[in-house]
Amino acid sequence: MDLSTYRFSQTHEWVADEGGTARVGISDYAQSQLGDVIYVELPKVGTEVTAGGKFGVVESVKAASDLYSPVGGKVVETNPALSDHPELLNSDPYGEGWMLRLEPAGAAPDTLVDEAGYATFTEGL
Amino acid sequence: MLKTIGVDSQEDLFASLPAGVRRAPELPEGLSEQELVEYFTTIARENRDLTQLDGFLGAGAYRRFIPAAVTQVISRPEFFTAYTPYQAEASQGWLQSIFEFQSMIAELTAMDVANASMYEAATATAEAAVMAVVHTERHRIVVAGTIHPEYLAVLRTYGAGRDFEVVELVADSGRIDPERAAAALDGAAALIIQQPNFYGALEDAAALCQAAHTAGALAVAACDPIALALIEAPGEFGADIAVGECQQLGIPLWYGGPYCGYLAASTELLRKIPGRLVGETVDERGQRGFVLTLQAREQHIRRESATSNICTNQALIALGATAYMGVMGAAGLARVAEISVQRAHHLAGELAGVRGYSIGFDAPFLWEFVLRCPGPASETLAKLRDRDILGGLDLAASGLPDCVLVAVTEMNSPRSLAKYVEALS
Repeated sequence: MDLSTYRFSQTHEWVADEGGTARVGISDYAQSQLGDVIYVELPKVGTEVTAGGKFGVVESVKAASDLYSPVGGKVVETNPALSDHPELLNSDPYGEGWMLRLEPAGAAPDTLVDEAGYATFTEGL
Repeated sequence: MLKTIGVDSQEDLFASLPAGVRRAPELPEGLSEQELVEYFTTIARENRDLTQLDGFLGAGAYRRFIPAAVTQVISRPEFFTAYTPYQAEASQGWLQSIFEFQSMIAELTAMDVANASMYEAATATAEAAVMAVVHTERHRIVVAGTIHPEYLAVLRTYGAGRDFEVVELVADSGRIDPERAAAALDGAAALIIQQPNFYGALEDAAALCQAAHTAGALAVAACDPIALALIEAPGEFGADIAVGECQQLGIPLWYGGPYCGYLAASTELLRKIPGRLVGETVDERGQRGFVLTLQAREQHIRRESATSNICTNQALIALGATAYMGVMGAAGLARVAEISVQRAHHLAGELAGVRGYSIGFDAPFLWEFVLRCPGPASETLAKLRDRDILGGLDLAASGLPDCVLVAVTEMNSPRSLAKYVEALS
């Protein structure tokens, strides 16, 4: 999968610019650390999120982890498939397992890195 | 050691205590075991309990007949002495009994899912309010002024700690007017009602739940479990969360506890339900087994994001309730309810005919009603007490000093009803 337009945060979320909207999800590294995802709690459409702010929770069998938005903006869509198929986060975290579409507000933080930068970051963990 | 902690003598450790209590008091010679038993037996003889008095006291806890099978089941040492299992899956029998409890409560309330039990009804009600606040992200709870005053007090305590406002709806002759409720529900997380309410009266539950939903609030109903054998269940009249007290399901009155609360909700609210949930599943060999499930809701995993920090349940009491519901069945519960309704209405009818007395509210009721007395309720209760009758609850604390809350169950024989009427005639 071509991840060249994806940018990653240090909390393992990604954001992909769709021109006007931004799509958000979690990385492959994150899903492998979490184990089998059984539930995703996403915000209501219209919710304002901030860069680095918590937007939801992902539950695996033994843990519940907060989700942080890589960029600020307003939630315009959440992935409807996730309520019945949370396992999409494990099987296709960059594609069908997307979580939010945002109307971005403000500049993206300069702490976001590209695919290569993220790979370096996770190697060091 | 004293030198290490910088203290001169052992006495100095008690310096903060008043001088008069620092020395052990002069104690008399110890009693022998026989003298001890005689001493306490003499004091205990001054107690008057419900084996000697005719009890018409309800207000949230009621005297019901407890089949011997229930007592037998909960007296088994492996249940009676057990503490919360820390490796729950190793206690399959315990988990299965809780699964049965959950299933029976879900059936009784016509809700999708019930948890493994709460401490009692008051905290269960407060936890339902917290669920509503978390779910709707609104911070106002509207509560019927006709709920049990102790549930309301606990709700306010939780409100102060969990940052939500509690607004009380005033009743109109013992019930809540759905239109008045609708006017107050703007921006509320939930409307909380009790069915039957604290005064024994049946609320217009469906209309009240509808008013809550119209305002985008959840509907929480605190329901009497025996009543649910006769009246419309919360899942049928539109409640999103049902809570209540299991004491009437085979649990002795004791001295006000320990009792057992229940909490049941819709599937939509499943992830916000506090407390333990037992689930049925299969192991790797395909054999049925029980587990504590959806634990990622709970505070040992979610920590401050969890709905609640409750991490246990009233297992033994819930087991008693399960045994009672199992022994009695739906038909048995309905019969208990019917007998109570018949006797209560008979007593109410007779009392209404006694000069100076009347039924307090013109509202439909099951087995609890308000009796308006010619003078202070305390005088009526004293008159009844002289005849070895516990006449009911003095409603002075609820702003009705001339009223008694009277409860009648299958344990009040027709003779005791006649005695009650006689005492006041």
